[in-house]
Amino acid sequence: MKKAKTALAVLLSTSLLFGCSQKGEEATTTKEETKEVAKDALDGVTAEYREYAIHEIEEFVTATEEFTNAVIEGDIEKAKELYAPARMHYERAEPIAEVFGDLDPKIDAREGDVPEEEWTGYHRIEYGLWEKNTTKGYEEYAKQLMKDVHLLRAKVETVEVTPDLLVTGAVDLLNEVSTSKVTGEEDRYSHTDLYDFVANVQGAEEIFNLLKDEVKAKDADLAATIEAQFAQVHSLLDQQKEGEGYKLYTDLTEAEVKKFSQAVDALAEPLSQIGIVTEAS
Amino acid sequence: MKDLSKETSIFEKKVSRRGVLKAAGIGGVGAVLGASGLGGVLALSNATATKGQSHDIVPFYGANQAGITTSPQDNLYIVSLEITTDSKQGLIQLFKDWTEASALMTSGNTVGDTSTNGNLPPKDTGEAVGLSPSNLTITFGVGPSLFVKDGKDRFGLRSKQPAELVDLPKFPLDALKKEWTGGDLCIQACADDLQVAFHAVRNLVRMARGKAVIHWAQTGFQRTKNADAKKATPRNLLGFKDGTVNPDVTSKSALQKSVWVQKGDGPDWLVDGSYMVVRRIQMYIEVWDRSTLNDQEATFGRYRDSGAPLGKQHEFEEADFEAVDDRGNHIIPDTAHMRVARGDGKEVILRRSYSYTDGMDAKTGSLDAGLVFICFQRRPSTQFIPMQQRLAKNDKLNEYIVHRGSALFACLPGVQKGGYIGETLFN
Repeated sequence: MKKAKTALAVLLSTSLLFGCSQKGEEATTTKEETKEVAKDALDGVTAEYREYAIHEIEEFVTATEEFTNAVIEGDIEKAKELYAPARMHYERAEPIAEVFGDLDPKIDAREGDVPEEEWTGYHRIEYGLWEKNTTKGYEEYAKQLMKDVHLLRAKVETVEVTPDLLVTGAVDLLNEVSTSKVTGEEDRYSHTDLYDFVANVQGAEEIFNLLKDEVKAKDADLAATIEAQFAQVHSLLDQQKEGEGYKLYTDLTEAEVKKFSQAVDALAEPLSQIGIVTEAS
Repeated sequence: MKDLSKETSIFEKKVSRRGVLKAAGIGGVGAVLGASGLGGVLALSNATATKGQSHDIVPFYGANQAGITTSPQDNLYIVSLEITTDSKQGLIQLFKDWTEASALMTSGNTVGDTSTNGNLPPKDTGEAVGLSPSNLTITFGVGPSLFVKDGKDRFGLRSKQPAELVDLPKFPLDALKKEWTGGDLCIQACADDLQVAFHAVRNLVRMARGKAVIHWAQTGFQRTKNADAKKATPRNLLGFKDGTVNPDVTSKSALQKSVWVQKGDGPDWLVDGSYMVVRRIQMYIEVWDRSTLNDQEATFGRYRDSGAPLGKQHEFEEADFEAVDDRGNHIIPDTAHMRVARGDGKEVILRRSYSYTDGMDAKTGSLDAGLVFICFQRRPSTQFIPMQQRLAKNDKLNEYIVHRGSALFACLPGVQKGGYIGETLFN
């Protein structure tokens, strides 16, 4: 969750909710018909992405249920185990999940992002589990979190996915990695940042894969570069695997962190060019 | 020069800005994004209008790269890069892109066409829009590790590595830090405006993403020309006029003798290039500040106020290294910086240093400031290296400074329109 984003997310959400009717009346006034064609070709892609994102949010509901139940039942070990994997679903679908500027902070705010008395959600419970080593007193946060996640699931239905949401969403996911995961500030008590990192990359890759044919048609070299850089990031992440999961972020060396940061930059720069799919051929 | 008609055509097209954004699916936020997009276009045509003032443009094309014999601009931004790609073709393309971008930026243009697609990041990062070219020069060099790194001939260039292009020897008292040492490539941007220099480096580094990463980066400054109407020799941060001895940059023969690599010196690809030594020298500012004036002047061998050699009146008077005081000691002490640096006077280098300040040394709480020593020469083994060996052993200044960073680069020869920097090396 990023504070600065909230304003934009609200704007986007308004435009997404009301975008439909405006589009109809404006379409006839533009003379850039070719661009309209490009947009039409992307309609199938946006529908597919919507399906993907909703599926992830559904998985997120299930995983959050298990996580919050563990907290409520006082099973601290189980809660700790479920924390990072559950979050991955949210992190994958972040371009969509974030659209709801009111819900995102409730679910995903970190300490200091919001006033202390409003601080709820995953990171609040993370604080209890790792810093205080307890579930006691966090049952209410668990119940609230579950409510908020159910509300998110309901609201997601109203999202209209537009090509620009996809185009900016892919890079935004990597920007999340650059600004909070790479610095180890996302999961500052559990140090499970690499799970979020992986999920953000997977979310970005999903978008790229959906747009890949369109990108290839416009610029085959760009598509190849992006694929190669995704592979590079994956190979770095694979080196940090430990059993089913990933190493703690605090176990990475400074050199490894720097390498991650540079690999993400090397990927995000060409990925920021996928907006060419909205251009006339 | 950029095609202006192309830019104005954006306005003439009968497409509503809103329409374009609509088509791209932006919807409600269109107005917000659109406004900034239009601002960018307007600013760009303004930049085009202010250029053409050739007095602050240093030509990019030529037999030698600019930024070597160019009269030092007010600001420096130098970065050392590590190449991350394995592809020689990719590397060559990078130099081609860099050449094109550098030619544009040094003449006051933005990089790349103006994109009208609101769904793409702008090609140029924009912070130099509307600014004068500010005598921007961009100078490219290659380090020893471009050729062979960890014993590996990375790009099939091993046979082209000049004998002179090897890591500098370890000098006595060196306290080099890995993070300030070496590099596969370097970009030196100098301009009379730091924002212009920053813009240049930033855009070149951006182009390199996925192919190279920054190894170290350093800004440098000297007093601005505005602050010094008399255009006197700049003072370093110890308060002294330093490095006043340079070859005459207007004399072709002087430069051929000590700065430009000549045919027969080594591989032909470097002819008309030059070796660049960079040393990041931290000054113990606090220690210096509590040393006496006499001690300070004896350290440099010059008077602080006038810059004149000890025993003389004026800055540019010939120093008398033989003169002794009534007790028989040299007036310019045997350990004075200027005496040790000069040696027998045979080693001539072209100095082009800048001061730096990087805030505070977090460990000690003292100011982290000093000198980005940069010099150019034809043959380091007979110019900088023997000079530094002497200085490291005998220079009294060593009490007040420490060398933290070091690098050697071969600055490539210049390029003509249509060519690219590095073509003699890669072809």
